[in-house]
Amino acid sequence: MSETEVFMQQVIYGLSNGMIIALVALGYTMVYGIIELINFAHGDVFTLGGFLALTIVGALGASAVIDPATLGEGSHWLLLFALVIASGLFCGGLNVLIDTIAYKPLRRASKLTQLVAAIGVSFILVNIALFWGGAPMEVFGGGNAAAASKDFPELLEGSNLLGEDSNVVLRLEDLAIFAITIPLMVGLTLFVKKTRLGRGMRATAQNPVAAQLMGIDTNRVIAATFMIGGFLGGAASVMWSLYNNTISFQMGFRAGMDAFTAAVLGGIGSLPGAMIGGVLIGLIRAMSDQYIETRWTNVVVFGVLILILVFRPSGLMGLKQREKV
Amino acid sequence: MLQLVRISAVLGSLAFAASALGADAVKIVSSLPRTGSANAQTTSMVNGIKMAIAEVGGKIGDIEIAYEDWDDASPQRGNWDPAVEAQNADKAKADQTVVAYIGTYNSGAAKISMPKLNEAGIVMVSPANTAPNLTKEGFGEKNEPAVYRPSGKINYFRVVPTDDVQGAVAADFAKELGAKKVFVLNDREVYGKGVAGVFERRAKEIGLEIVGTDGLDGKASNYKSLVTKMKQVGAEVVYFGGTTQTNAGQLAKDIVTAGLKAKLIVPDGCYEKAFIEAAGEKALEGRVYITFGGVDPKLLEGKGKEFYEGYKKSYSAEPEGYAVYGYEATKVVISAMQRIHAAGGKITRASVLEEVGKTKDFAGALGTWSFDANGDTTNRTMSVNTVKDGDFSTVKVVN
Repeated sequence: MSETEVFMQQVIYGLSNGMIIALVALGYTMVYGIIELINFAHGDVFTLGGFLALTIVGALGASAVIDPATLGEGSHWLLLFALVIASGLFCGGLNVLIDTIAYKPLRRASKLTQLVAAIGVSFILVNIALFWGGAPMEVFGGGNAAAASKDFPELLEGSNLLGEDSNVVLRLEDLAIFAITIPLMVGLTLFVKKTRLGRGMRATAQNPVAAQLMGIDTNRVIAATFMIGGFLGGAASVMWSLYNNTISFQMGFRAGMDAFTAAVLGGIGSLPGAMIGGVLIGLIRAMSDQYIETRWTNVVVFGVLILILVFRPSGLMGLKQREKV
Repeated sequence: MLQLVRISAVLGSLAFAASALGADAVKIVSSLPRTGSANAQTTSMVNGIKMAIAEVGGKIGDIEIAYEDWDDASPQRGNWDPAVEAQNADKAKADQTVVAYIGTYNSGAAKISMPKLNEAGIVMVSPANTAPNLTKEGFGEKNEPAVYRPSGKINYFRVVPTDDVQGAVAADFAKELGAKKVFVLNDREVYGKGVAGVFERRAKEIGLEIVGTDGLDGKASNYKSLVTKMKQVGAEVVYFGGTTQTNAGQLAKDIVTAGLKAKLIVPDGCYEKAFIEAAGEKALEGRVYITFGGVDPKLLEGKGKEFYEGYKKSYSAEPEGYAVYGYEATKVVISAMQRIHAAGGKITRASVLEEVGKTKDFAGALGTWSFDANGDTTNRTMSVNTVKDGDFSTVKVVN
């Protein structure tokens, strides 16, 4: 492999991993933008999205998934979109439910109380995932080890699009990530910029009291934010499962940590910030694995974060805002 | 009057209970990761332990052997947890009836309980720890293994061959595969780093070129970037010192998806069904080799064969690779107790510790072996395995 090929390959992996991180990061940043809560449960909502996707695949029968004859040509893509929608709606709904049960009653409580509630919810969800992984389903390995990593079948054909002899590997999965993530991000941006509800969101983020006085139903806006953030997390979990072919009850912890870092790096509360932050973290990880050493990658990622926060305390795209938290 | 009778009856039964809990009761405990993906493996080991106790009818003479199955993992980690292992060791210390501690599974966990149990003089027999620095000088830090023996006496024994044997067997096998360039990875844990270090040393000795070494993060989502780096340097064999719990399955998958045409060799921490489940057969067949300090339970001979058949009969399942070690570790303790009892001695922590140390030419399920001066088994049987049709299949046995 020549140096250029290696670099190209790392860019592909960096972007693919980064896009997934960015999708999760959007969920953190949106909720923070509106109610100034760091929703620690978001990573675990993401985990449950992955479990739902694998459950659906298992219910359909893994062989049916791999054989295009059963569902027809293009069935893989169809299934993938169906999974994105299903996990998205599930995670969105779950997020709204969590907000209603755990966060809403605490809306006027101190920030610390809300934060502790979020951590509590996170623990509950991890254990639900553990329980779910122990379900006696064949895709879960018959449920004999709830905490074991589960193999997620390859939904898309796994050959190299650049030819089997090419040193650089580009697979359908990488394309699928771009094909699903980018429209979601564009759609979100347009939604927030152009629609009535989006305008309501921006107003609530700026000043919830004033927004309410102007006749905006802030409760509805908050619910919509949790729904959309959750949907993106659910979509990300399907992309993650597709890309890594593994899910486990702990997957949300690492994904959540990376995504939260990305959100802070980009400027928490800022949508383009979360997207850029996610992609940046993906790229930094890939480059550090290649040009430094894998054992230093976490150090490099957090080192960069600290450096950026020293010079730009509100993150890359963060505006100078009134004091939060 | 009736009151008095009642009180005396209660007092009498209390006295009786006290004597039952006294010197005549002995307890064996095991400390293994029961929560997490090692669960299938450790369940099989606990079954082996129970079989060993059941074979003597749960008794030495008329002294009952109680057994408790302790977990040293926590749900938060999904893996062994230092805090839980420390608690287990303290619990064993505090309970005077505990005469033997079967464990641990992970070498890192052993580091925590070894000094505690050493102070208390409780014999510890590990069915699975393979890190050489736990018992031998020159493999780890300068103060190892003395730091695990604060009393100066040896109380830690193991029935599995150590990684200085295993890592070397893996390196020799890499050469047999025709590889010249190897990349050595570890998971940055005690066990993984140890065995990868031995592999590296042996590989250099036999003239293999080490094209790179690195430590990976056992919780990362994927290793595609790392695999690309290994591809760039032309690795023909990748050795990963790690376990299923530190993501060996994901690594095996990423080697396939990132298009590295190298064989992967992993140590016995991956010799469990969970590894095949996590990686998926497709990523393993013909690509991955697993070394193991022993042989496939199906290939055991003599008493080992009896164990294998007895196990299948009792539990209607195939034993995992380490079940026989759980069995053997317990057998060693029980036979020590039997010898003490036969000689008219009293079964105490001290007597059991002394007698287990004297184990010599023990004819067990793993063949005939002894404990050497460090407390390690003299057994050196190793096997190299691969995966075929969703199950482990032995490629060769090295003695």
